[in-house]
Amino acid sequence: MLPYDHLAAFRLGYGLSPHLTLPADPQAVAGSVTAATRPGPDDVTMDRLRAWQMEGQELNRDRREKVPDADEAFRTHRQEMNHIFRGAVVERFARAVDDAPGFGERLVWFWADHFTVAGRNHYTNLMTEALVSEAIRPHLTGRFAQMLFAAETHPAMLTYLDQSRSIGPNSIQARRNPDKAGGLNENLAREMIELHSLGAGADYDQQDIEQLAELLTGLAYYPRQPGVFQRRRAEPGAETVLGTSYGGRKGTLDDIRAVIDDLAVHPATAAHLARKMAVHFVADDPPQALVDRLTDVFMDTGGDLGAMNLTLAEAPELETHFRAKMRQPFEFLVAGLRSLGLDGAQVRDLRPRIVNTRLLQPMAIMGQPWASPQGPDGWPEAAEVWASPQGLAMRINWALAAPVDLVGRLPDARRFLQTCLGDSASETLAWAVPRAESQSDGVALVLASADFNRR
Amino acid sequence: MLTRRLFLKSTALIGCSAAAHPLMSTATFAGAPGENRLVVIILRGAMDGLDVFQPYGDPDLAALRQTLSLGPDHGATDLDGFFALHSALSPLLPLWNAGQLSFAPAVSTPYRDKRSHFDGQDMLEAGTGTDLEIDSQQDGWLNRLLQQMPGQDSETAYSVGVAQMRILRGAAEAKSWTPKVNMDLSPQAELLLTRIYHDDPLFREASAQALEIVAGLSPDLPEAKRGQEHLELASFAANRLNGATRIASFSLPGWDTHAGQARGIERSLTRLSETILSLKADLGANWDRTTVMAMTEFGRTVRENGSGGTDHGTGGAMLMAGGAVRGGRALGDWPGLAEGDLYAGRDLMPLRDIRAYAAWAMHAKFGIPRAALEGAVFPGLDMGSDPRILA
Repeated sequence: MLPYDHLAAFRLGYGLSPHLTLPADPQAVAGSVTAATRPGPDDVTMDRLRAWQMEGQELNRDRREKVPDADEAFRTHRQEMNHIFRGAVVERFARAVDDAPGFGERLVWFWADHFTVAGRNHYTNLMTEALVSEAIRPHLTGRFAQMLFAAETHPAMLTYLDQSRSIGPNSIQARRNPDKAGGLNENLAREMIELHSLGAGADYDQQDIEQLAELLTGLAYYPRQPGVFQRRRAEPGAETVLGTSYGGRKGTLDDIRAVIDDLAVHPATAAHLARKMAVHFVADDPPQALVDRLTDVFMDTGGDLGAMNLTLAEAPELETHFRAKMRQPFEFLVAGLRSLGLDGAQVRDLRPRIVNTRLLQPMAIMGQPWASPQGPDGWPEAAEVWASPQGLAMRINWALAAPVDLVGRLPDARRFLQTCLGDSASETLAWAVPRAESQSDGVALVLASADFNRR
Repeated sequence: MLTRRLFLKSTALIGCSAAAHPLMSTATFAGAPGENRLVVIILRGAMDGLDVFQPYGDPDLAALRQTLSLGPDHGATDLDGFFALHSALSPLLPLWNAGQLSFAPAVSTPYRDKRSHFDGQDMLEAGTGTDLEIDSQQDGWLNRLLQQMPGQDSETAYSVGVAQMRILRGAAEAKSWTPKVNMDLSPQAELLLTRIYHDDPLFREASAQALEIVAGLSPDLPEAKRGQEHLELASFAANRLNGATRIASFSLPGWDTHAGQARGIERSLTRLSETILSLKADLGANWDRTTVMAMTEFGRTVRENGSGGTDHGTGGAMLMAGGAVRGGRALGDWPGLAEGDLYAGRDLMPLRDIRAYAAWAMHAKFGIPRAALEGAVFPGLDMGSDPRILA
């Protein structure tokens, strides 16, 4: 039987580290999540991003007007945006590497994936990180309704799911510009119900989606417009969603908050989120007893995510379903970095070339290009997806080639086996590692093993 | 191209002391006075000496080997009426005939019995005896040699590829260099990966194709030439040795032939012979002042195993080549392969400490006094009588 601190680090975190002291009981593991709720020193925020976007718009205008050196200035601006985004991504790695046991940063990943937004250009790339800082981290241990509201109304989401294009057909803006095409866009409304709250299988219909879409009008993000709600875009009148009427004569942000508060504590939402957490943290085909317990806790506490975190940390299924899950590429890389003994500061100091060739490019080849999932449903969970021949080949290649680029002196492979896996290594792996032809091959065996790639 | 890359790499490493700069190398070079040159190649994985220098004159060999070490009747070339050279080393026959190739058929480090690659290689590179815990041996004997050389400058160690060159780790400075080629998956690593994936259906299924992809996968090295790393190492080593460098060391993997040795060792021996011939070609006139020593951590079982391979043993072979070598001969005695001649009833009995050959070479070519060799470089070694290995 594995000691609990190791079990929790494997299943809920990023595995073992030669440096970190791991919390030893479920309360401490759940409590450790607080660290991930704190802002980082250089977090990308929408306040900063608005300013950058306005600067970019001005530089673009200069280019159109053939202002001298405008092209150069714009190129510099774009490079700076890239640089900041790169720094934010490296920071995600660094915080994950430093987080003992890693539950908090795993939850950051989980919820950021639940509220998937993908980057399409410099600014939307940065927005994906702003959403993590502003809508995910602060609410990891709070009520789900708070996170749901923060995520649905975040500029990253409004942009990604086209809400900024949605205009109430009878809104002030539509009536004033009858010639300009425009109207409802249902994208955010649909995903809010189907992906973010009730789940696709729940009891709702197209009428609910359309009504919610009308209710959400007014939500929009434009860098030069303050806030994210513009009443002149909002559809007037009340809307009925899932049998409840919201709003009145004028559309307001409070109406939107009201419907989100209700969606957040809906029984279908409880069941949907309970199952999703169990799938992500415990097993692709999760034990129903765990799903039921998580559902009950969610309902009993009104969607208290801190209570959900504790329920997961206490779950006996962590042990009974050990290694039922495959580490996703980001997890694999973070676990690799920290097993090799790097700490967050060393990760922040990695040269850009190493970040590219040893983290971001391999992650993409493993099937997880940063901030670029295929759709708003985020990254897949099934082990089969991540254990593709191409993905596994990249993991093997990384295990062989990356460690010497990341740490100067490789650890003894036999000690490394212990560092990475404690007493959890399979007999076959423990047999194989000392039989490797060189230390580097031995280290590679550990990192490429099913033991290490599963959790 | 070499020069430019070397410049960049050296620039990047300035300010790193040898101790602080990690030894991630398979190639290390060190500047030293004089005109003589030493190249130490570590053959990682334990080379089967009995298959490379086949003692076909030993009446007990045939009963021990069924598909391996079959002698001159099966492709090997007779060397001296007793030993025959594996066919994959045939390109080196002109060196043998010119007296520039020799070998010691039955040598070892003081390492015994556990037969671990890691510990065996550590001891080979540390150059110490069994009196010290392997963990506490942090520096290598080439580094201690450097410290003994008067006037050696800061021409430092170069690291290549993924293997670490512990042999040059220590207080004296060294530089590193990485060739722009993709790394190779050794047959043993491939075999072990197949084994560790076997019990996990998901990984077992994906790994067959994954391992094929690994062979061609090179995410950051689009211009990589697969399987050519040894030539880059040799070419770069020669380039430096033609300049101020006098000592170079790198490693060649792929000797752990537990199964299907005939195919595996052929590939590794081809690389070894290409490496040596590349050094010779690129060193030009300096080849005459060069000694190449190829060493492995231990030998392999005298008996062929059930899968056409051999397992970890004790006594093994060392190869020497170069214009400075008194070659065309086997060095030292032959222990025999009869039951009573074997070590632990299974391995070739080593007859001489491999460090003694290295020590005599350094004595002859770098003028290091015997006391320093037996004290500082190889603490506690008895060099014994002069084997007169160098011209």
